[in-house]
Amino acid sequence: MSPLPLLDVVLATLVIGVAIFTITARELFASVVGYVAYGLLLAFVWVRLYAPDVALTEAAVGSGVTGVLLITAGKRLGALRNAAQEAEPGFAFKLLTGVLAAFVASALGAIILMLPDPPPSLAPEAAAAADGAGAGLGNPITAVLMSYRSLDTMLEKVVLILAVVGVWSVGADEAWGNAPAPLRQQEPYAPMVFLAQMLAPVGALIAIHIFWTGANAPGGAFQGGALLAAMWMVTMMARLTDPPRIDTQWLRLALVAGPAVFLISGLAGAVVAGAFFAYPPGLAKPIILFIEAFMVLSIAAALPMLVAGPPSERPD
Amino acid sequence: MITLLDLFSIAAISAGTFFFFAGTVGLLRFPDSLTRLHALTKADNLGLGLVALGLIPRADSALSALKLIVIWVLVLLSGGSTSQLIGRALRRGRR
Repeated sequence: MSPLPLLDVVLATLVIGVAIFTITARELFASVVGYVAYGLLLAFVWVRLYAPDVALTEAAVGSGVTGVLLITAGKRLGALRNAAQEAEPGFAFKLLTGVLAAFVASALGAIILMLPDPPPSLAPEAAAAADGAGAGLGNPITAVLMSYRSLDTMLEKVVLILAVVGVWSVGADEAWGNAPAPLRQQEPYAPMVFLAQMLAPVGALIAIHIFWTGANAPGGAFQGGALLAAMWMVTMMARLTDPPRIDTQWLRLALVAGPAVFLISGLAGAVVAGAFFAYPPGLAKPIILFIEAFMVLSIAAALPMLVAGPPSERPD
Repeated sequence: MITLLDLFSIAAISAGTFFFFAGTVGLLRFPDSLTRLHALTKADNLGLGLVALGLIPRADSALSALKLIVIWVLVLLSGGSTSQLIGRALRRGRR
């Protein structure tokens, strides 16, 4: 017997163990660290399921960006905690929360156990459609995302913009248009500055590579964009740059560029190729890469803005 | 048949695994955060370096061999920097 199934069992056990640790950890920070480790292990699970595209996304977004987001949120919550001390939830409330969570979990588990065998799948249909219209892309995932499921992919980016708008609108009225607070309040710290200066150029290069290679191999716009976003966040944490004012023209243009270009191409497809979001045969690959380039830009702008938070009240 | 390169791979990866093992034992057994950090760097720097070195002869092309080295260098960079950050946070906490 090969050792791989054994390793899979170890991996699955680890994932469940870390998940339990994340839920039961008493301290917020420990819980966040558990969640990041959980995301990384989950990325390995996706690799073992032969889904490297999903693994890349999970590692970059599910573990990396979400981890930063949660740590930042935890810090801000820490400042608020003393004010909200008296609002300790009662026993009945805790019990109700637990029962509801158990209900949702068991309902999900029941659904998974009751799936018909073989489970219904759109995969053959999607593969056929991607072969037909997906057009010279070597990576079927990208073909499905950008051709068979293009409207979903476009709306995903719109959701990202809505999230940024939501975060911005939490700020006070007087703060509107200001820059979000810097990610770190301290003075620049030499090792952090060194890391940002060394890592950011390499990371940006790798991000562009992952986007470009996504047409033919695992990778793509979301993974590349998330990596680019991470590099921007590293430079902001080192205080090499500060978050831009939220009324800057270039920032807003970068945010809407992806969905806008996608939508315009989709509408153009209705005229040129006869269907909404259809691409003229032969030109599909360059058009898809063109759209994806703008989506990378939007993702790289949106994710750091989600982490940076609402505009700060004192402009500095 | 086992060639010289295979022997080299086996030796390097085994040595790398040993450093990972030693680093993990140190992480679990050492008394305070600074010494635990010290144990961790052995796994990151030496362990991963030796594993990457052992995998280089097995790479498909020169490009993937280069990628292995780049991965090691990136881990060195981020590992070293985060150790500095953790170390500073510890020193501040002690004061």
